[in-house]
Amino acid sequence: MAVAAVSTALGDAPPPRRRRLLEDERWLALALLLPTMVLLGLFIAYPFVRGILLSVTDSRVGVSGSFVGLENYYRIWNDGIFRTAVYNTFLYTGVTTVFKLALGLWLAMLLNRNFRGKAFTRAFILLPFIIPTVLSTFAWKWMFDPTFSVLNWVLYRLGAITGRINWLGDPDLAMISIMVVNIWRGVPFFAISLLAGLQTISPELNEAAAIDGAKPWQRFWYVTWPLLLPVTMVVMLFSVIQTFADFQIVYVMTGGGPANATHLFATYAYQIGVGTGLLSQGAAISLAMFPILFLIVVLQLLYIRRVEVR
Amino acid sequence: MFFYLPMAFFLLFLLFPFYWMVITSIRPDSELYRPWNAINYNPFWTTRPTWEHVRGLLLETLFTTWMWNTMFIALMSTAISLVCGVFAGYALSRLSFPFAGGLGTGIFITYLVPQTLLFIPLAEIIRNYNLGDTPWALILTYPTFLIPFCTWLMMGYFKAVPKELEECARIDGASRWQAMLYIIIPVAIPGILSAGIFAFTLSWNEFIYALVFLSSPDQKTVPVGVTSDLIRGDVFFWGQLMAGALLGSIPVAIAYSFFVEHYVAGLTGSVKG
Repeated sequence: MAVAAVSTALGDAPPPRRRRLLEDERWLALALLLPTMVLLGLFIAYPFVRGILLSVTDSRVGVSGSFVGLENYYRIWNDGIFRTAVYNTFLYTGVTTVFKLALGLWLAMLLNRNFRGKAFTRAFILLPFIIPTVLSTFAWKWMFDPTFSVLNWVLYRLGAITGRINWLGDPDLAMISIMVVNIWRGVPFFAISLLAGLQTISPELNEAAAIDGAKPWQRFWYVTWPLLLPVTMVVMLFSVIQTFADFQIVYVMTGGGPANATHLFATYAYQIGVGTGLLSQGAAISLAMFPILFLIVVLQLLYIRRVEVR
Repeated sequence: MFFYLPMAFFLLFLLFPFYWMVITSIRPDSELYRPWNAINYNPFWTTRPTWEHVRGLLLETLFTTWMWNTMFIALMSTAISLVCGVFAGYALSRLSFPFAGGLGTGIFITYLVPQTLLFIPLAEIIRNYNLGDTPWALILTYPTFLIPFCTWLMMGYFKAVPKELEECARIDGASRWQAMLYIIIPVAIPGILSAGIFAFTLSWNEFIYALVFLSSPDQKTVPVGVTSDLIRGDVFFWGQLMAGALLGSIPVAIAYSFFVEHYVAGLTGSVKG
């Protein structure tokens, strides 16, 4: 009654015919899902198909090319820079994920106690994750600056180095610097998500294990870790995808340099597709990510399902 | 000891870059550009703070325009995504219809498609629709990564609302549409707030679409403007850059500080699904 009265008062009852249609669950569902389907169809499904079609032509900016089959894929397969980019992407994803998980878990365990200023600390810790990545990466680029690096200053004062370290000028060091920034940005996400997972674990379980004589390390390994595994896997899934397809950090820190040594899939695709204007080859490079990402997602989802059933 | 030492290490590691941004943006150039091994030099403090970088940024660059552009784009795409996400989340969690499972999976999969996979064909499509270099190029494409997230989060909230609530309203004569609008959606307001805050920060953060789809300086968003227009030639004006990074982060920082709990709920909700 109350509801009917409210809605008549507001005068928004749809006309009878439409109203009867919306009473049918199927039509209402269709109406509610339509805007989402249109947007996702137009700007995800359609560009995906277009991307595949583009990658088998020889289009450039302003020139709609003709069909060339798998030539673009063949060309990038034999491209040394592309191979470096593939290697870098795997290395980057693997190394940073391990560090993010370890440090994030450690931080989550620290945050899971009661201490003064806990809410405050937790709020500040998330800052690296919410501040626009490009902007915070500039702060890191400035900290890694070859001439004015504050890190060099600190190391010099501590007596660890005598000459300057050219953080972004050496291929290996540049890759390490980029990984540090990615870890810095990702740790808060891992920590806060894992903290949420830890808080669902009843403290009584740990207490019971302690009474039975389990040492702290055993309590973690046999009680906490298995219960945390489902959350951990989902966090990893998101993180691995985002890291694998990362663009911003490398674009700002090195732009793929020195001498194309730090490219990832995405930055190399950008350089070829947008920088050089070889649209089709750029599309082929970024689409080459897809089968690998797909495999990662399927494997992780299967694993998550197995963990959750257990 | 085993608590405070690691905690201090984490806080130093995670927050030092922000301190570095602040201190850089208020130091005079004569102090900034001293080589790292100069004697009698303390990089962590300044006795002569200056506003010259902030003033230069606000008066001599298009920074304020970029701020308004980003604000408009972020608010519009968040609004579109919330409407779509709430509707889709409601349909997928509370209505039974053919292909419901398949559609849910489909939306979850688009959740996992990174922007860097599609930016080249999407740039062509944007150009064909004559949307290039307008805010609409971003307002219409940002929902592609916001809607799946909003839908997923809202499904969780809607599932938690007891079915009886809706049934009572229907017995009292409300149509399905009214029951959704006046009974279920108000109950899910905290979820909508979480999704909204999260979506807003994600759109403010987005970079590659804005970089590729926009070209004129006065159309750019903050992240793209700072990257491309604050660097003249090969010269980095670090004072201005850091001031830009700091001021450009303020809207998300404010939104975040008011709704920390909602933000965390959105973040962890997206993980727990």
